[in-house]
Amino acid sequence: MPQSEAKAERRPSRSGGSRLAQLFSSSPKSKDTLTAQQALQAMHNQQQGIAPPTAPLPTISLSTATAGDVNSDELTTMLFQPPSADEARKRRRVEAQFGPLLSPRHLYVSAHRGGPLEAPVEDEPPYYFVLTTYISYLILIFCGHARDFFGKRFGNKKHYDSLKESNGYAPLNDDFDNFYVRRLKMRIDDCFARPTTGVPGRFITLIDRKSEDFNRSYKFTGTFTETLNMSSYNYLGFAQSEGPCADAVEECVRKYGLTSCSPRADSGTSDLALEVEREIAQFVGKPAAMVFSMGFVTNAGSFPALVSKGCLIISDELNHASIRIGARLSGAVIRSFKHNNMADLEKILREAIAQGQPRTHRPWRKILIAVEGLYSMEGTMVDLPGVIALKNKYKCSLYVDEAHSIGALGPRGRGVCDYFGVDPAEVEILMGTLTKSFGANGGYIAADKHIIDKLKSTNAATLLGEAPAPSVLMQISASLRIISGDLAPGQGEERLQRIAFNSRYLRLGLKRLGFIVAGHDDSPIIPIMLYHPAKISAFSHEMLKRKISVVVVGYPATPLISSRARFCVSSAHNKDDMDRLLAACDEVGDILQIKYSTGMAGGAEPLPAGVSPEMEKEWRRANGLEGIIKPPRWRLEDVIAAGEADAKKTLR
Amino acid sequence: MDLHDAQVQLTGWLHEAATAFHKVPGSAVLIRYIRSSYQNDPVRSALELILVVFFIRYLLAPSYSTSKQNFIKLTEDEIDELVDDWQPEPLVSPQTALEEAEAEKLPILVGPTGPKSKLANGRTVTNLASYNFFNLNANEQIKEKAIQTLRTYGVGPCGPPQFYGTQDVHMKTEADIAKFLGTEGCIVYAQAFSTISSVIPAFCKRGDIIVADRAVNYSIRRGLEVSRSNIKWYNHGDLDDLERVMRKVVQEQAKKKLTRRFIVTEALFEMTGDCNDLPRLVDLKEKYKFRIILDETWSFGVLGRSGRGLTEAQNVDPTQVDMIVGSLAGPLCAGGGFCAGPHDVVEHQRLSAASFTFSAALPAMLAMTASESLNVLQSNPEILLQLRENIRLLRAQLDPRSDWVICTSAPENPVMILVLKADVVNARRLTNEDQERLLQECVEESLANGVLITRLKGWPITANTGLKDGNFSVPPALKVCVTSGLSKKDVEKAGTTIRHAITKVMTKKTNNKLGLPSA
Ligand SMILES: Cc1ncc(COP(=O)(O)O)c(C=O)c1O
Repeated sequence: MPQSEAKAERRPSRSGGSRLAQLFSSSPKSKDTLTAQQALQAMHNQQQGIAPPTAPLPTISLSTATAGDVNSDELTTMLFQPPSADEARKRRRVEAQFGPLLSPRHLYVSAHRGGPLEAPVEDEPPYYFVLTTYISYLILIFCGHARDFFGKRFGNKKHYDSLKESNGYAPLNDDFDNFYVRRLKMRIDDCFARPTTGVPGRFITLIDRKSEDFNRSYKFTGTFTETLNMSSYNYLGFAQSEGPCADAVEECVRKYGLTSCSPRADSGTSDLALEVEREIAQFVGKPAAMVFSMGFVTNAGSFPALVSKGCLIISDELNHASIRIGARLSGAVIRSFKHNNMADLEKILREAIAQGQPRTHRPWRKILIAVEGLYSMEGTMVDLPGVIALKNKYKCSLYVDEAHSIGALGPRGRGVCDYFGVDPAEVEILMGTLTKSFGANGGYIAADKHIIDKLKSTNAATLLGEAPAPSVLMQISASLRIISGDLAPGQGEERLQRIAFNSRYLRLGLKRLGFIVAGHDDSPIIPIMLYHPAKISAFSHEMLKRKISVVVVGYPATPLISSRARFCVSSAHNKDDMDRLLAACDEVGDILQIKYSTGMAGGAEPLPAGVSPEMEKEWRRANGLEGIIKPPRWRLEDVIAAGEADAKKTLR
Repeated sequence: MDLHDAQVQLTGWLHEAATAFHKVPGSAVLIRYIRSSYQNDPVRSALELILVVFFIRYLLAPSYSTSKQNFIKLTEDEIDELVDDWQPEPLVSPQTALEEAEAEKLPILVGPTGPKSKLANGRTVTNLASYNFFNLNANEQIKEKAIQTLRTYGVGPCGPPQFYGTQDVHMKTEADIAKFLGTEGCIVYAQAFSTISSVIPAFCKRGDIIVADRAVNYSIRRGLEVSRSNIKWYNHGDLDDLERVMRKVVQEQAKKKLTRRFIVTEALFEMTGDCNDLPRLVDLKEKYKFRIILDETWSFGVLGRSGRGLTEAQNVDPTQVDMIVGSLAGPLCAGGGFCAGPHDVVEHQRLSAASFTFSAALPAMLAMTASESLNVLQSNPEILLQLRENIRLLRAQLDPRSDWVICTSAPENPVMILVLKADVVNARRLTNEDQERLLQECVEESLANGVLITRLKGWPITANTGLKDGNFSVPPALKVCVTSGLSKKDVEKAGTTIRHAITKVMTKKTNNKLGLPSA
């Protein structure tokens, strides 16, 4: 769309602060509601003062150009035109959303380097830590029960009301079901659902809150903290309120209004929706596609539309909740296989086909294998070549959920197929969400035309659910066009290569510092293991102290023992941000003793000069070092010094 | 010789094994136990031995053998053969003729949706197929607010609410809705369609009892299915039947542990358009101690003096309804859905409602739009009056005047559901499929004359058999949505066009022949 391109050049330059203040101004109720207006006003005031902790300063730093230094001042004026305060603020704002690239060396092309996909080596902490983790949970559970016991008898009755029968109504929550939330999660509740404001870009602004009643309720302190954002699924950095995407969306709102106000099957199909579907289909390399207003429902609604009674769904054990709900609603039989384990998948396939349907032994009508492209808690990628070989051998269909991989993987950002160099025609259904890499909302399904045509007539979410809003569609369209280079040429490629570099750089650095890092090398999702429940909140707090927001997860989202912190790398970050994170992790890692790594999963010391990685085996044998693995505990300076070059080699 | 050697060897080994065994701590106790029990009761020892062997076998057995009693052991070759023989069905079946016709005729809008919408074929038509009841989509004030939000927050929040996806805008929208409705709290979901499908299973678990109206919409049904609760049905709109079912539940459960009980129903029914009797529902709920989950998707912003929904229209205190679920994507012209209720109810969902926890938050600009739309609605109550006037006008053109269709919607419902009259259906012996085809022709005829209407999409409900005893065959119907954005003259003209289109289709020669005994 040429208009939006033109628009990109005359990007409006109103200042951010005043807009913030306007935002809630005509709302009559804001004083009752969390005093949002005051809060924002406070932020507005504060924003003038704070500088981003490591935001690279403009070429000529304002602070160094002192008044007395006449010469340099003159030089600046002539060559660079010193930025006015307004411009500097605006620039700061833009860079807080998308950091500038510091060097063309910080780029890398994400692609599979041939050969079968090896499962990442799983490192394990010393037994001492495993044991103490279990003991911690035992203590927590014991204390929880003790507190329940006394609390119910002597404590504040109100806290237990919803667990008790009252007035003839059964309790709304089961005492037992609620135990985990009440006694374990409540302790660390302040690490979750932290309210934010503004763009979740390179930095994210948290609205500070504190609790005086052990996380039962929170009060806003009226202050804000701008933190480095390692938590949002903003893989390609399209969470921006400036730039070609936002300009296109603004124009779209003026033209289309805010909604299509109708399901797709009634009057919710606009030229824009069809255009976006065409663009998505073309992007992922399928003949046709359809969009939905929510990624969750894309899964939950598509499985019932594809399979039904008499069919079998074979699903990876770590698949997302939406896939599980969709599978359950479909009425098909569900089996799960061990995460990414092709041998197990084959065993289940053989058994399923040989045995047929349960009881009747009738042959299955269809078998659908459901996997994700990139697993959001593990950072592992699906072994796509392996799955495709099996699916072809056993004549099944394949459904790949690319929620996290689309945009984030592959030399052209087109997801796992692109990454492995597999023809998308090999995968029957490519599903993905538009919430993550594209900074929009919703999901899509891409497949052959006859499949999409049928799904459009039978998928309940299309027939009855609301169509995506035009503004969201435009965000998708604009970001897709940037990635493929039609809009703002060069920017898309830079984004793809930045996330690939950042991911590898950070992963290698963390391994070298001595953390147990899960997942595949090229994955932008980087979980580090914490194990102890107490370290979940401690890690989150320590990082927050260092102005970094991270996601921490524990049971039940992970197995009981493997609590973890997860970093989501973005193209909006630059190497400075990664270094800042590494420095913080180094400190916190020592404080919390979470440098567990034994070295078996990488992070090894550099080889002596003259020994290449291919010669490593031989060199080890020659020097009697076979099988001896030293736990990596690099110094931060060395990690940073060596990281840039090493991140682009095979990680070791 | 040989045999003898072997025997000596064996005794030697046995001896060694015995001494080794004696060295194991605790072995003496075991031996003493076995000895004494053998002397006392050899049968018991044998039994115990069998138990031990069985136990070990059980431990070593592959884990699946317990679940598959009729597992047939096959050789690898046999499996290969079976794999070769197996021919799966194609992933999807071909489109039916009706589906194909419908897809081909699907209207494609160019530009904004509004009372007059431009279609891809270049024509501008009167759009009576959209939930844009108040034409808020064209409101400049709302657009401006949305753009400001865009310039502060970007589009997507890039994360689920639990992981930094909760923005102050969401909290404001939640507070605004709660205040508007008069409930303690409110939670905003990213999509209206899936809201209630997640709200129901967040509270209703296995063993709980849900009593639901037979005609509830598709999203509710999916929620019921996921919940795995014990579901009872009452006849659509028949609150006496509801009372009968509730009384029976209470009787059956009298001796058992108290379980959670719920009534799940709609305020304005999506599939039939009629209106519920909330005061009576609340009486029943309090009498039999049920909780109510009320789907106000089609009534929020529509019913009541200021659009607060059924509670306002029928003068019920909203706190008497346990959970009110509504949509922000309909007449409010924003996006997302919400569930309002007491504080506990709302907070519980933040952790246990699947489509809230496992999905990204609503884009800030849509949340802001919802707040602003509510604001506009509150400050301009006259647009509700305008809408009602237009409903009255359009209805007058259709219901009493048409020989062929009647409107099953409540008089204040802007979504008019028009079904073929029973005597027409009977006289011509029309199957559901015939009716759908005829109605599709009506839609096309009406569009040809410049009025965009649509058919009710009841197929997903009719085809869904996931709920035991819960099957409901949605009567084929036309759906006409009124908007306040049209003048009196336009509304009347549109009504006449639709009526004529129906008459034309129903009196066409070929369609008349369809039913043998012509009416
Ligand atoms: C694998 C997977 N599928 C689907 C979804 C749901 O997407 P959305 O957030 O757009 O509803 C997610 C989101 O977290 C996901 O991780």
